[in-house]
Amino acid sequence: MSYQWNWGVFLQPSASGDDTYLGWMLAGFKMTIALSLTAWVLALLLGALIGVLRTVPNKALAGFATGYVELFRNVPLLVQLFIWYFVLPELLPASIGDAYKQSNPMLQQFLASMVCLALFTSARVAEQVRSGINSLPKGQKNAGLALGFTLPQTYRFVMLPMAFRLVVPPLTSEFLNIFKNSAVCSTIGLMELAAQGRQLVDYTAQPYESFIAVTLSYIAINVVVMTLMHKFERRIAVPGYIGGK
Amino acid sequence: MYEFDWSSIPGALPFLWDGMKISLVITAQAVLVGIVWGTALAMMRLSSVKALSWFAAGYVNLFRAVPLVMVLLWFFLIVPRFVETLLDFPPGTDLRLSSAMMGFALFEAAYYSEIIRAGIQSVPKGQVAAASALGMTYAQGMRLVVLPQAFRNMVPLLLTQAIILFQDTSLVYVSALADFFGAAYKVGDRDGRLVEMLLFAGAVYFVICFSASQLVKRLQKKYHPA
Repeated sequence: MSYQWNWGVFLQPSASGDDTYLGWMLAGFKMTIALSLTAWVLALLLGALIGVLRTVPNKALAGFATGYVELFRNVPLLVQLFIWYFVLPELLPASIGDAYKQSNPMLQQFLASMVCLALFTSARVAEQVRSGINSLPKGQKNAGLALGFTLPQTYRFVMLPMAFRLVVPPLTSEFLNIFKNSAVCSTIGLMELAAQGRQLVDYTAQPYESFIAVTLSYIAINVVVMTLMHKFERRIAVPGYIGGK
Repeated sequence: MYEFDWSSIPGALPFLWDGMKISLVITAQAVLVGIVWGTALAMMRLSSVKALSWFAAGYVNLFRAVPLVMVLLWFFLIVPRFVETLLDFPPGTDLRLSSAMMGFALFEAAYYSEIIRAGIQSVPKGQVAAASALGMTYAQGMRLVVLPQAFRNMVPLLLTQAIILFQDTSLVYVSALADFFGAAYKVGDRDGRLVEMLLFAGAVYFVICFSASQLVKRLQKKYHPA
């Protein structure tokens, strides 16, 4: 193999002239972080709601939540992304759809990616929340009801405060996954980390430097998230449970 | 309002089926290689030889920290160069399928090894002690006592991972390889019927994965009646 290593490539001015290739990578890194974090917040809110609904006695609500989870878990992420990006704007009423399609293409890519990652992840978060609620001793719910709380009050004051603390450790791995899954969004042209890496290869023909930089960036994200979540897990662990004091 | 036109699907079915075969082949070989190599990694991870356990931990953590898309891009980059140089293939041979298969197998092995490690650890310690008390070597105890019990417990998890893997094969799209999703996308793009083809592809994946996961649930109940 006669590969010409050239790590200086990152400091060269990029093809667009106003930036270096390192600047491209940083822009991609920021995009990955911004996309993953916004999608994660949405996924947590939606996932908590759907997860709670899966455990309620009301058949219609629980059925809806089950359908939601099965739908988003049984279609590949890439297919979901393409449906959000290519299909949904077509199905909107013509006036709204046309206005959307004329908006900034980067905004369209970001919105489709964010909604897609958020809903995909929310189904997984919902499963963790559900198993957290189901892992509580039955007596807690009965005790709440016996004290005269209504069912929503029992959830609000008795079950959820416990359940949310119990699901933090399993949610850490979903949090790590959302950063990794965001790489799929490069397929619709969103210029996140993986996409910037491929663009750099197209412009400089230095694939190894580019891929190594991208790979190390993902590893760095992984390490930082794991360290922070580990600290958080220890603070929030319930005494007497696994991981608690 | 959008007017649906599903007429390009029937004619495209043979092409889509060819794509589905590629998806299934990648899945099947990645499951097989992944379980075999994953078992080896799990045993290394649990081994008392430090070097082996560090190697396995490093391998698993590396693959689990990197997005699958990135792993596939690496393999599409490296494998063809490697094969052309070492095996003297003419440059430009289409190695995308072999690259994808190798990438998936090595990537999935990291995930399988974690499932298998948990499975091995779930077998009570007394079983290992009993095996050595009967005069079995460590390898015999593993093969005849621990692994059969571990695998029986792991079957549902291994199958669930296979379903996830089947969904992930759609990511070979990054190399323009015509798996089922790639085929559906190409047909939709050609006929200007992307909306219908993407919805159709989604529906097919849903039916396959949903049915498979229901089967796994039933199997789980049969093995472990709660």
